[in-house]
Amino acid sequence: MNVALEGEIVRRLKPVFGYLHRNHEKIGENATYLSSMPYTDRLDYFCSMTNNWAYALSVEKLAGIEVPERAEYLRVILAELTRLQNHASLLGFLLNDMGAWGTPLMYAFREREKILDLFESLSGSRMMCDYMRFGGCRCDTPPGWMEYARKLVDAFPRFIEELEKLVVGNEVVIARTQNVGKLSAELAINAGITGPMLRACGVNYDLRKVDGYGFYPRFKFRIPLGEHGDTYDRLMMRVLEMRESVVILKQAFEQIQDGPIMNPKVKIRAFRPPVGEAYGRIEAPKGELGFYLISDGGTNPYRYRVRPPSFINLTVLEDLNLNPHPY
Amino acid sequence: MSDIDEGLRKELQRQGVWVTSMQELYNWGRKNSIWPLQFGLACCAIEMIATAASRYDIARFGGEVFRPSPRQADLMIVAGTVTKKMAPQIVRLYNQMPDPKYVISMGACAISGGPFKQGYNVLKGIDRYIPVDVYIPGCPPRPEALLHAFMELQRKIDSQRLTGANKAEHLDPAEPSEFPVPSFGEHDLEPPANREVFQPPKIERS
Repeated sequence: MNVALEGEIVRRLKPVFGYLHRNHEKIGENATYLSSMPYTDRLDYFCSMTNNWAYALSVEKLAGIEVPERAEYLRVILAELTRLQNHASLLGFLLNDMGAWGTPLMYAFREREKILDLFESLSGSRMMCDYMRFGGCRCDTPPGWMEYARKLVDAFPRFIEELEKLVVGNEVVIARTQNVGKLSAELAINAGITGPMLRACGVNYDLRKVDGYGFYPRFKFRIPLGEHGDTYDRLMMRVLEMRESVVILKQAFEQIQDGPIMNPKVKIRAFRPPVGEAYGRIEAPKGELGFYLISDGGTNPYRYRVRPPSFINLTVLEDLNLNPHPY
Repeated sequence: MSDIDEGLRKELQRQGVWVTSMQELYNWGRKNSIWPLQFGLACCAIEMIATAASRYDIARFGGEVFRPSPRQADLMIVAGTVTKKMAPQIVRLYNQMPDPKYVISMGACAISGGPFKQGYNVLKGIDRYIPVDVYIPGCPPRPEALLHAFMELQRKIDSQRLTGANKAEHLDPAEPSEFPVPSFGEHDLEPPANREVFQPPKIERS
């Protein structure tokens, strides 16, 4: 980014994008519906499962495909596991950048590795899972997977408490994050900010409640909200969301039943959806992730558009930095 | 790699004398304190961080000191997709590193463009501009694969000679240690590849 500084105070800031522009949309328009699925993994490489889900959801909307019950539950479980590991790593990276070189990141990655073990035994890959398909999921869970996942989720609150003890009340963290990077609710809404960043400003907007996609209406959970919209609130939002994810996961483990995981009517290989357009969106860990597809009846989409959460959240970077600094 | 007679060395060791050569000692020190340059480009960088984190722990091989400055780094791990916008910066960082320096090309994208090869903004392999020592395939490679590449690099450093006709490249003043930085051309990077570095094998098609 281009920054104009006066001492340590930012006067002007212009983010420069495009260092990782990988022509995702053009590739998606030239590939079949199925072969775009592995590319969605690589959009946000921390949350491949939620990316898969958003894409599968938009194709399902486009073609009107029903998803079996077990697959929907599995999707919820995997999305919430993704949220856990994403938020944990995010806290680690934030503290890493604040100067706590290494230690918090080690704690976060210790937990992340356990969740990645689950992903790997399910899909065969640690990060790039490529697990969901339109009309269900690729394969059923291996034996013992559910028990291992249940154990992991039961033990997870211990990690959250450990992290809270280390971070939330830490004087250095409080001094360096409270009242820093304040974002007003009005600007956040106008700039299209979504996800934990929007909720940290006190705006109650979570697609899991608003859209109620998947089986989320079947679970009881709360949406944590911030008050000040500063960096500390955004940090706390992650900690509280991890707690709510654990609540959702526990309910999902109780409700999930055996059954088919793939809709047998869907021919995923020679897939030709009817002419039309669809926008499928989900609450990814970083915000609203949407895929907009226009079909002309062929094997590949006529238009393939990704509505990324982080790219749009970064548009207010200058406003966050220009706010008067407390020091 | 040793030039000393192993039998003689064992005999001396039995009598409490440990013999080594300058080259062996120097390479032993170098290979066990490789300092990588701390930068990541895409997905592979996350696996690189996982390699440095608690479970895989690259510190066991002496490579945990990630340096944020190219002046202090020995090893460049090109982890992720190199876009055409990013390529000049990477070559410039490589030029700023002091000799001896090594490059690991991590993942399919850094090797050849990988799944994004057809893209208009993706460089089809970092070896078009800088020499690469170890390639690791995978999308992304597992942390074990990065550790394997690291060990391969250690093996290479161990075998480098300090003197003689076939001494290491970085000791030869005729060998270049900096390479021209590509510029943004009308359609592509100018030049599209540095032909002195990039010499792909010719494939005969019948």
